[in-house]
Amino acid sequence: MPPYLRISRLTKKFGGFTALDDISLEIAEGEFVCFLGPSGCGKTTLLRAIAGLDIQTAGRIEQNGRDISALPPTKRDFGIVFQSYALFPNLTAAKNVAYGLQNARTPRAEVARRVSELLEVMGLSAHGAKYPAQLSGGQQQRVALARALATSPGLLLLDEPLSALDAKVRVHLRHEIKQLQRRLRVTTIMVTHDQEEALTMADRIVVMNLGAIEQVGTPLEIYREPASPFVADFIGVMNFVAGTVVGDRAVRLGHTELACELDGLAAGTEVTLAIRPEDIVVHEGRATEPNTLTLRVDALAFLGSLFRADLVGDASDGVFLRADLPVDLIRRRGIGEKSMLSVLLPPDRIRIYPGSTVHR
Amino acid sequence: MRLFIGVIGLYLVAALALPLGLMLAKSFEGPREEFVGLANYVRYFSTPALFQSIGNSLWVSILSTLITVPTAFVYAYALTRSRIPFRGFFKTVALVPILVPSLLPGLALVYLFGNQGLLKATLLGHSIYGPIGIVMAEVFTTFPHALLIVLAALALADARLYEAAVALRASRARIFWTVTLPGARYGLISATFVVFTTVVTDFGAPKVIGGQYNVLATDVYKQVIGQQNFQMGAVVSVILLVPAIFAFLVDRAVRRRQVALLSARAVPLEPKPQPLFDLAMLAYCVVVGLALLSIVAVSQFAAVVKFFPYNLTLTWAHYDFDQKGGGGWASYYNSIRLALLTSVVGTFVVFVGAYLVEKARGFALGRGLFHFLAMLPMAVPGLVLGLAYIFFFNAPGNPLNVLYRTMTILVINTIVHFYTVGHLTALTALRQMDPEFETVSASLKQPFYRTFWRVTVPVCLPSTLDIAIYMFVNAMTTVSGVVFIYGPKTELAAISVLNMDDTGEIASAAAMAMMIFYTNVAARMLHLLLARWLERRTQAWRRR
Repeated sequence: MPPYLRISRLTKKFGGFTALDDISLEIAEGEFVCFLGPSGCGKTTLLRAIAGLDIQTAGRIEQNGRDISALPPTKRDFGIVFQSYALFPNLTAAKNVAYGLQNARTPRAEVARRVSELLEVMGLSAHGAKYPAQLSGGQQQRVALARALATSPGLLLLDEPLSALDAKVRVHLRHEIKQLQRRLRVTTIMVTHDQEEALTMADRIVVMNLGAIEQVGTPLEIYREPASPFVADFIGVMNFVAGTVVGDRAVRLGHTELACELDGLAAGTEVTLAIRPEDIVVHEGRATEPNTLTLRVDALAFLGSLFRADLVGDASDGVFLRADLPVDLIRRRGIGEKSMLSVLLPPDRIRIYPGSTVHR
Repeated sequence: MRLFIGVIGLYLVAALALPLGLMLAKSFEGPREEFVGLANYVRYFSTPALFQSIGNSLWVSILSTLITVPTAFVYAYALTRSRIPFRGFFKTVALVPILVPSLLPGLALVYLFGNQGLLKATLLGHSIYGPIGIVMAEVFTTFPHALLIVLAALALADARLYEAAVALRASRARIFWTVTLPGARYGLISATFVVFTTVVTDFGAPKVIGGQYNVLATDVYKQVIGQQNFQMGAVVSVILLVPAIFAFLVDRAVRRRQVALLSARAVPLEPKPQPLFDLAMLAYCVVVGLALLSIVAVSQFAAVVKFFPYNLTLTWAHYDFDQKGGGGWASYYNSIRLALLTSVVGTFVVFVGAYLVEKARGFALGRGLFHFLAMLPMAVPGLVLGLAYIFFFNAPGNPLNVLYRTMTILVINTIVHFYTVGHLTALTALRQMDPEFETVSASLKQPFYRTFWRVTVPVCLPSTLDIAIYMFVNAMTTVSGVVFIYGPKTELAAISVLNMDDTGEIASAAAMAMMIFYTNVAARMLHLLLARWLERRTQAWRRR
């Protein structure tokens, strides 16, 4: 099946600044894709290029087999929701939703039917006659969503739609938007800088940095197998430790040699070893297994469901790791600051990146 | 959209840029339109009778500024930082001078301090005709402008700063010098330059009460009307442009900084009662308010008695304008026509122009140029604009020549003359709207003009009304912009005031000036009612 949206070799320059650098991407029909990255990474620029709001400097965009590269926004097929909602303040919720439906061809009754149907879907039936200023933030966002979906666009663009909301409302709306998207099967692109939002909502995540795509993958792929130290660092918490390749399947870390997958890196190569805090396992018994380090607890932070421990090696090897330890383990073993622990770094959970830049 | 920018831009080019450019060229020409280089300027600076006016203009402007700004500051301080009663009333009284032509204070001062004036003795032998009269009249005229700017600056105060100062045990005086004044300093600087520019370019007051004391503005008038020396008129105009443009640039720079202050999230300050201080402030406001009102009251009184203050028999004779030197009652009706046309057409042009500058996408060069042209009128004195119109529209080869001395050219001139403030008001309103409205509309496949009519215009309605009343009031009172270009059939009320004063019919001049005042009061009240009614009808969405 051909992709619904195909972006080929897209570049956007603002004066001397390259906001998008040779981006290529394909999105399937009905897919929910998140553009994720820090501010200034180009994710919003890419969205605006797809909408035709900032036309690209070079490259091509095809939607549903049609080349839309040079079309103005009015000639493209999309609905858009902004962080600011951009609801027309002098029109009621119902009139906002009706805004795109009203034209000479559509009978009034038809418009009214569609509007009440959309308000119903959004759980806003009681609020149709209210002005935006009289609605809560979450309600306003739902009106904006209804307005964008009213014309049944083939593509739904969401520009940080949840950033302006309270934490609780945000979590709730995340779920609602995802449900709605599944039901309508509308191809959706959401821009966000919130990794949790991307991980919970997206079918696929496009991680961007400095105008380029770092990695495209499902949330699990992105989290489990980050393609670069940047992705590893940006998504979730990651430990980075500098090391040197010493053999076919081993890396030297201070005094210790650790077994791991090396992807054919030659001995002597400087590398960065990465492991997530939750993948570090504390030995209950003797520490004779391979891939084990003996470390001292430098600090313990209580995070509710678990403890995050700062673990340090002796001064000469400079190892510093953060590990998530179960509350139960801490209590049972009487672990406190200055306790010595034997921890296992499972080989299949260690990722190795060439280069010795240690991220913190 | 580019087409619309082009059309309104073309209007600004034809009604502003070309005339001004032509005037600049004329200042380098001799009487037979030959190029003479700097000869006119050399002649100007070697004629003491001419270049002395520069010093005179600067002197009265500086003096007026030094009096007006502190007076207005204390008045504004009383309105915002004390608990005096009737604050709304005192503010209204202070704004009265905006509603009268700048000729009126001169007329009232003649009655009060002139050769047969009531209070002549208080001048200790000095004549009111000259710098004293000019400065007094200018203080009256510029007071509300300074007050509004300082009020806006003081209103920005953050109560938390004052609480912090009190918590640190600062004395009242120290709080004033370290919190209040620094907070208002941009407002004070801005007020200083606005007052200075207004005085340096004002023509009404020195014309009526300047006597033999020549200033730049009256020189332009004398060169053009008296001596028909258009080239020298152009030279003086160019010289008059220098301080105006300088003050304009400084003011722009200062205002840009004030914006940074505005964006801070401040907790509004509520003054606490302090009986002695409040009483002193009340006394001050009463004195200043009475001084302002007495100028208007004297004009009105003089207009309805036989010969103020010696024969106080009531009479309507001074209102028999058709028998006097000015343009008669017809000039009054002309003024109303001009004010209505300027108000309606001007508001439309200004608002659509500001919309295009703010909301159009791309075409940055054209929009930048347009914005520059829209800002320029603020720096161009009315007389200079008027003289430039003579050169441009009266040129034999210009197809627009047919407009010369018609109502149309007066409307064109007045809109341009007062363009900048309207433009800025509209921009402020438009910038408060979400920049994504246009994007959303495009995604919903709606043409931009539909969003303009359904959303932009309704949301900005209060601001467009403000622009309309501003245009109306200024069209009623302006003299300087139109004095060179009115014709026998298009004489205006304010011009009649000038002409009747010239022929010695001061009581009638005062009567006509008061007609302008009452018309403006009525217009403002109508504006208020209309605004309230519209707010109830169309602004329901503002309420929560």
